[in-house]
Amino acid sequence: MSKKVPEEQYQQTFSYKFSQWLEGNSSALSDYTPEDKNRNSGHEKVQRWDTREEQYLIQKEKQQKKKEKMKLTEQVYDMEHNTEIRIFRKVYRIFSALFCIFLVVMLLTAVSALPDFGNEENPVNNEVAARYIEKGLQETGAVNIVTGMILDYRAFDTLGESHVLFIATCTVLILLRNDKKEKEINDRTHEPKNDVILQTVARILVPPIFIFGIYLILAGHLGPGGGFSGGAVIGAGLILYLNAFGFAKTEKFFTVKTYRRISFCALACYSIAKSYSFYTGANHIESVIPLGTPGAIISSGLILLLNICVGTVVAGTMYTFYVMFRKGDY
Amino acid sequence: MDFVCNFPFISIILSLFSGPLCSILPGKWAKRVNGIVIIVVGILSAFVLAYVTGTGEAFIYRMGHFPAPWGNEIRIGVLEAFMGLFFCVIMLLCMVAGVREREAQIEESKQNLYYVMVNLLLCSLLALIYTNDLFTAYVFVEINTISACGLIMIRQNGRTIEAATRYMIMSLLGSGLLLLGICFLYDLTGHLLMSNIKEQVHILAQTGQYHIPLMVSVGLISVGLAMKSALYPFHAWLPDAYGYSTLSSAAILSSLVSKGYIFLLIKVFYRVVGFEILTGSKVANVLFVFGIVGMIMGSINAIQEEQITRMIAYSSVAQIGYIYMGIGLATQEGMVASIYHVISHGATKSLLFVAASGLAAASAGRTSRELVGSGYRNKLAGIAFTVGSLSMVGMPMFSGFISKLFFAQAAVGHAHKMLPTFIALAISTVLNAAYFMKMVICIYSPRYGGDTTGENTIVGRVVFMKEQPVKSVALICFIVLNVVLGLNSEPIIRLIQKGLAMFG
Repeated sequence: MSKKVPEEQYQQTFSYKFSQWLEGNSSALSDYTPEDKNRNSGHEKVQRWDTREEQYLIQKEKQQKKKEKMKLTEQVYDMEHNTEIRIFRKVYRIFSALFCIFLVVMLLTAVSALPDFGNEENPVNNEVAARYIEKGLQETGAVNIVTGMILDYRAFDTLGESHVLFIATCTVLILLRNDKKEKEINDRTHEPKNDVILQTVARILVPPIFIFGIYLILAGHLGPGGGFSGGAVIGAGLILYLNAFGFAKTEKFFTVKTYRRISFCALACYSIAKSYSFYTGANHIESVIPLGTPGAIISSGLILLLNICVGTVVAGTMYTFYVMFRKGDY
Repeated sequence: MDFVCNFPFISIILSLFSGPLCSILPGKWAKRVNGIVIIVVGILSAFVLAYVTGTGEAFIYRMGHFPAPWGNEIRIGVLEAFMGLFFCVIMLLCMVAGVREREAQIEESKQNLYYVMVNLLLCSLLALIYTNDLFTAYVFVEINTISACGLIMIRQNGRTIEAATRYMIMSLLGSGLLLLGICFLYDLTGHLLMSNIKEQVHILAQTGQYHIPLMVSVGLISVGLAMKSALYPFHAWLPDAYGYSTLSSAAILSSLVSKGYIFLLIKVFYRVVGFEILTGSKVANVLFVFGIVGMIMGSINAIQEEQITRMIAYSSVAQIGYIYMGIGLATQEGMVASIYHVISHGATKSLLFVAASGLAAASAGRTSRELVGSGYRNKLAGIAFTVGSLSMVGMPMFSGFISKLFFAQAAVGHAHKMLPTFIALAISTVLNAAYFMKMVICIYSPRYGGDTTGENTIVGRVVFMKEQPVKSVALICFIVLNVVLGLNSEPIIRLIQKGLAMFG
């Protein structure tokens, strides 16, 4: 049974305020009454009108910018006289659709005619794969066959691949690094400062992430892991640390100079180590590097060292990418 | 094994190592390191060339302790060594010629990054030439693509960034198709080593097994590499990339980067697919048709172009068309002509770019109207541009003539492709003459009416040879190279034939 309460008294209660808040008439935190609302309605109308005009202006500006942009492309490509581009624009959609359909049909036909997946008789299951699996442990000393394959059997490819990462970073540096010392609006000014939640979480999470990354790199020849994955984990940890504590703290130990020196050292180390093994291998000289006992941390010849090199390069690359896209300087 | 056999490996590692090294050096030192590396690699390649010519057969160099199907290996014959030497010479001349432009157009702090790109580009070109493994080729194609992109956009203005974006899109599409093709081939043959794939492909072709995927993979690899080397319909990135990037980038890109991919394609045809299967498939015909369309459309675009560098860039499209036409003939002679044209175009196009920059430096701008009379103001550049133009048009005495002659000879007696080749060669020669001779006449016409036009009389200035000694030396070297290639083509042709025989 509910008791009937006078209107004024009712308006004081929590349930009234709550229902008002549910209907969206007031904020739950402020003591905002309908009378206030009525009083403000005239003012609000003006405001609304203002915003409408503002929106109109903004839209107009946008349209103008768009027009200018169009004009620029028209100027650059001389649209009025460039019949090639005009024709191209007209037929582009039709041709792209036709081309995609053609590509899809062709690739599906080709894929359906490929050897059955997982069949024992497939050409892929030949002496190459057999030797990797059967003799991999013996010849490379790595328990993880994949690591043994990419860092010992086919080390030349991986040497190229780690330089791909390096050169990608260099290209990003060319494109995004901002050397002008003038004060521009960079996101350092908008950076969330001293976000307690983020900092607490980072303080707890970053050390385990680093340790996990280092573990992945160091144990790459013993189990799943390796330089590429471990480096990516460490890079993610660095990015988290940067987000929590800001550039001021990370720049104490990691700047673009540090990155270049570290990656030079890692890549030079890789090149020299591998040159040694290429040279001895090709000239049929016995390598002096022992393979060690399989399963021990220090084993499998050069693989551990190479994993560390690759991991360093990958971590630095990830972090540099992030910083360059965010700020363009560090 | 002789010690010389280590040289290809040493040159690859040296150029690879010098990339990261340049990133920690200041710009000046990076420039020196880069110059030294190119010279050393060139000398090493010359030794290798002498060695291989002496022994008369290709040698295989094992990269590591494991023999071929398990490990990586590189394979060096006469043609590979010669290409390595040729690429080094052209790259050195391009780098030398563009020193001033680089210093003016690239930000001080990014100078050393330019040399990182060039060193790794050299490394990837060498690896593409020498490799005997398809996947290694793909890895170095990646390095090649990214470094070329960096070379385009290091001179930062709107046009180069847009050009780099276009290049990236086109080139990555090409890489994707190439990778897809390699995956198909691996699935069908179980190998990545070129010689082993060829054996397996031979068996597959005889039994007729997996015919469709085999043809699709050959098509994918061809189209992917054609896209990356700017065959006609895929050339949209080229004019801006060559026309607005800094001088040495434009010269290197036009004469080396696209040629590396073409060389890889020829290598794939010979050493992976096998010539018999290529002749039997329709892939060659497709390349032939696109090559011919490119020859004509590239020239038509170039005629419409007012700006000298963009005109030369469009002319590249036409010349790439020639090369693909030769490949599309799918005969031994056609391949020889194509490879000769790779060399001749590499030498000529870089000469044209350097000469054009010299002419532009002596004038107010780069359009043909502004270049009027610039041949008198910068005499050496004028002569060099004339030599390059005559070579491109195909005048006897210059290298372009020889390659056209060989294309025509290769087509003689070909059942279906003889007539189209002749017609295309004739039309394209006329079109080439139309725009190159127009430009030559322009730069050698005296400037008339200069006094009457009032404020528009910024004629430019006279550039003396002594003013830029390095560039002049490079230009003279280029001219000599062109004339030598044109007058003394016989040994090079024999070398190419020998090299192709070693491919098999």
